[in-house]
Amino acid sequence: MNHVELAIIGAGPAGLSAAIEAASVGVQTIVFDENQQAGGQLFKQIHKFFGSRAHQAGARGIDIGKNLLGQVAASGAEIKLDTVVWGIFEGNKVGVVTNGRNVICKADRILLATGASENVLAFPGWTLPGVMGAGAIQTMVNVHRVLPGKRVLMIGSGNVGLIVSYQLLQAGAEVVALVEAMDRIGGYAVHASKIKRAGTPILIRHTIKEAVGNGKVEQATIVQLNDNGNVIEGTERTLDVDVICMACGLSPLAELAWLAGCRFTDVAPLGGLLPVHDDNMQTSLPGMYVAGDIAGIEEASTAIEEGRLAGIAIAESLGYLTTTDATVKKQAVNDRSEQLRDGPFGITRREAKETLIRRSLET
Amino acid sequence: MTLIKDGYFSQTELAQLPGMPSRERLHEGPCVVIECAQQIPCDPCEAACHEGAIEIGDSIINLPKLDPSKCGGCGLCIAACPGQCLFVVDMTYSDTEGTVQFPYEFLPYPQKGDTVHGLNRGGDIVCDAEVLKVLHPKKFDHTAVITVSVPKEYAMEVRTIKIKGNHHG
Repeated sequence: MNHVELAIIGAGPAGLSAAIEAASVGVQTIVFDENQQAGGQLFKQIHKFFGSRAHQAGARGIDIGKNLLGQVAASGAEIKLDTVVWGIFEGNKVGVVTNGRNVICKADRILLATGASENVLAFPGWTLPGVMGAGAIQTMVNVHRVLPGKRVLMIGSGNVGLIVSYQLLQAGAEVVALVEAMDRIGGYAVHASKIKRAGTPILIRHTIKEAVGNGKVEQATIVQLNDNGNVIEGTERTLDVDVICMACGLSPLAELAWLAGCRFTDVAPLGGLLPVHDDNMQTSLPGMYVAGDIAGIEEASTAIEEGRLAGIAIAESLGYLTTTDATVKKQAVNDRSEQLRDGPFGITRREAKETLIRRSLET
Repeated sequence: MTLIKDGYFSQTELAQLPGMPSRERLHEGPCVVIECAQQIPCDPCEAACHEGAIEIGDSIINLPKLDPSKCGGCGLCIAACPGQCLFVVDMTYSDTEGTVQFPYEFLPYPQKGDTVHGLNRGGDIVCDAEVLKVLHPKKFDHTAVITVSVPKEYAMEVRTIKIKGNHHG
């Protein structure tokens, strides 16, 4: 482990897909992940995914995850779980703690596929037990089968808020209300319709004012907002809830890229400050690549395609693929990505990606 | 009431969908009703239909377009839709009742013969519904397809059920 051709940090959909593409053509590949299980967020996704047949549309996230793990095993890539990458140093050296030992691993290529972290909303009472992120709820409910509470207030109507509301209903909780500060539902209408028809109130132009309770969440006060986003006095309503779930968006988890010295840029539609990357997913540092949510907040399906792209480009740069073969493979990936970044929801992300790639060429 | 603000359709929005059969067609026999209104990248419904009644075309963000003359109301597309927005409505079930087939992913499943609440798109209880069929073969991948009978005037309203005594659908 003192030297590898490719070190991938993060065994989520992007990292695993890159490992499959690279290792299957001969790149010596190792994937590090601090979790006990590979797959990133995929094993929490018990709903059926969108896309086309080429993106495994209709399959549940958990099954897409199993499929990826099978492909990784066949590719020859090694996955090291329970392994924390704590630093990246000059000369592509990766600081790793595994089995309680500190190891410095020199990698010819590094792929950062570290994913994202959840945004939180601070409001009076937000530190009470029972105020949780959507990711934690998905882990509890869908992986460990523990219901965090019976009556939930959901904050945020993006796809995460809508999907987690649905999954809470499936698990037997009641979603007392879903509040959204914007004047429209942020996520896909089909996700909203599923919880709406099951009886969940969706309140746009509403937000949480405070959480109250003795040692834990017992009530939440919600309030209506005007068109400028300001609170309308006198519209407060108190709900009896024992869980408040925050689904307020995600931010790229990019500390390692900062540490390594990657050049960053701000692209709001992709989640804010991001390491710039070119059309091979290579950052401003030669040999260092990014894929998935660290390269712009999107979905698991796009993370899979970006990971594949990075894996192909890395294999090409190491001489395991001819330029001709790599070009064909990259084109197929780019065609599939383009399909996912289409339509009124996708076009903003496509344009933002183009901006990000364009900025990588600026000096 | 609009889809983007409330999470369900106004009647005007519904009528404009390319997946919506005409009122006349619905009175001729079972037919799918495709309540898909946003151009999101998704196409499994097209392949799920063996009759070629659903067309997405070259770009997967196209809305599914229905050819009602080719649809026999088999319902195979219902569980295939990740958005759970396909339903089969039969207005010819009896003189007074129609049937609705819809996707359902809540346990426990209702039993054939149960009388349950019929819920509209907004989650309001609008009528009683009788469970006629509960299908969940492996191919549906944990999405059951349930058929209920409801008074004819509610067949284009009821989109899910609530088991009596349960707090959700």
